[in-house]
Amino acid sequence: MTVTAAQARLRPTFNARRYLGATWRHPVARALAKAVLTVWAATTITFFLIRLMPGSPVDIKIDELINTSNGGLTYDEARTIASSLFAINLDAPLHEQYFSFLFNVARGDLGNSFLSQGTPVLSIIMGVLPWTLFAVGSGLLLAFVSGVGLGLVAAYRRNSLFDHVVNSLASIVTSVPNFLVALLIVLIFGVQMRLIPIAAMRGSYTPGVEIGFNLTFVLDVLFHASLPITVFFLTSIGHWVLSMRSATMAALDEDYVTAARARGLTDGRITTAYVGRNAVLPLVTQFAIAAGYVVGGAVIIETIFVYQGVGLKLYNAVFQRDYPVMQGIVLLTTAAVVTANLIADLLYTRLDPRIGRAGGAGG
Amino acid sequence: MIASAVEFLRLLSRRPVGLAGFIGVVAFALMAYVAPLFVPLLTDPNIREVYQSPSFAHPLGTDFQGRDVLNQIVYGGRDILTVGFLAAAFSTLLAVSLGGLAATVGGRLDTVILAITDVALTIPQLILLIVVAAIVRPSGFLVLAVILALLQWPSLLRQVRAQVLSLKERDWVEAARSLDLGLFHIIFREMLPNMRSYIAIHFILAMTQAIYAQAGIIFLGLVPLSGQNWGIMLYFANSQGAIFFRDSFWYILSPILAIALFQLSLVSLASALEDIFNPRLRSA
Repeated sequence: MTVTAAQARLRPTFNARRYLGATWRHPVARALAKAVLTVWAATTITFFLIRLMPGSPVDIKIDELINTSNGGLTYDEARTIASSLFAINLDAPLHEQYFSFLFNVARGDLGNSFLSQGTPVLSIIMGVLPWTLFAVGSGLLLAFVSGVGLGLVAAYRRNSLFDHVVNSLASIVTSVPNFLVALLIVLIFGVQMRLIPIAAMRGSYTPGVEIGFNLTFVLDVLFHASLPITVFFLTSIGHWVLSMRSATMAALDEDYVTAARARGLTDGRITTAYVGRNAVLPLVTQFAIAAGYVVGGAVIIETIFVYQGVGLKLYNAVFQRDYPVMQGIVLLTTAAVVTANLIADLLYTRLDPRIGRAGGAGG
Repeated sequence: MIASAVEFLRLLSRRPVGLAGFIGVVAFALMAYVAPLFVPLLTDPNIREVYQSPSFAHPLGTDFQGRDVLNQIVYGGRDILTVGFLAAAFSTLLAVSLGGLAATVGGRLDTVILAITDVALTIPQLILLIVVAAIVRPSGFLVLAVILALLQWPSLLRQVRAQVLSLKERDWVEAARSLDLGLFHIIFREMLPNMRSYIAIHFILAMTQAIYAQAGIIFLGLVPLSGQNWGIMLYFANSQGAIFFRDSFWYILSPILAIALFQLSLVSLASALEDIFNPRLRSA
């Protein structure tokens, strides 16, 4: 592209605000900035929760150290130990503590667990996080794909028996809390009818099974994850059915669908490329929010099924007052949801060509 | 006021699901707040009648100490409903005022509020709630309600903001602005009256979320346990392993059904309200 003299004169040499504004309007840069901002916010919130709350965990830990040592420790000694446990220099001013904490987090150092002394929090969480992401991710993806399909068909057959049945079932499963569904499964199929061996399904795999990419292990993992996946699937599918149904009904009324029909395109092509694609777009952005919601619910579900994921780890950390682990779980689950968000955002720009063009032209 | 209430009931009576939801909500409210005035709380254990199935004397059976389950269900609703109501009220207030402000003022304030909302929306709320509850140990109604509200306003704020943005373009708001009636007048006299139904619907949905989160953290044992409450019944059932007892079926099923039915009533009522107030969606 050639630049005329007049255009060159109009172009400012360097304008920071304008430059930042242009970056902000670029979808990819914006999504990245939002991701970093979110992780920073989660870090900051947990830091101040732990340091500033009345009767803060640091104070509780100091008291606990003094009490368990039966007077063997003075307050200052206990404070020094607590300081190293939390990986915070308690004598420094608060803002310095905060910045060194941020610096450690940025390096991937989340401190050590209180319970298993010397074990980094990061490696503890990394040992359980994949199981949760696997279960939550499979449940959510299955629910998304089948929910979108059912919603599309229901919208096409508006007011048919199929539509009414799907619609009412979807409304019911979305309103019942997911952990109650988990309890009902244990109660009815596990205990009363004895159809599901709930005790054998605890954990994320059977101890003793050879870990690796072989059929026995894969089947074993699926066996253990099947109950959490079922619950995540059942309790999130309704939302996708209902959203997709109303989005499809809106898309069906659009002029471009009428135009496509007039042009003599096949019904199959209209359904997938014209109606389906446009209706599913807004749902993609909801996916990340749903992911956050389901990861949160996983704490209770994993506790009920005793599935060795990050939720059960958080539950145990809470009752053992293992604050660094709690803090690390907030950070890493946020990071996981942020990543899901980022993928959804990038996917959205791929799926919706309007976004990329409008964003690129900003500034 | 009475005329509009009658009109509301008339519109509702044409929607069986919505009507059922409305009756459910009223019935649960009566059970939780009025029934305890007439029925005494039965706390005496009766070892000879542990885990009985439903009978005429005990319509929902008995618990691990032989106490009547129906009696506990009646007394167990009040705390859950009150905290759910307060949390929904706080979060609606926060979302409506900040969302309204962001949309009416616009510009940089809007960008900042929206960025904060987006960030708050992405942090897994229940996980943060569990950590906050573990550190704060909320013992009072109010503290619990405030914590629940602080974690659930973001999604509501986005919706309120979108709604205000569309209302802002209407003629009567334009007229008020050109008459220079001030931000206060525009928000409270022009916008809010037109958003009443919208806010009511989201208030109900916020209540379902608050009850979900509340029952969840009580079930995990994160709230100091005192008194009667459906969540506490579930906590006891789970922590004492009663859930793996074949005889204890009715004791555990009762609070599960109480919470699920109340949530279902709220959601049905909310979707009927949406149908009544938003005729555009009432497509054939």
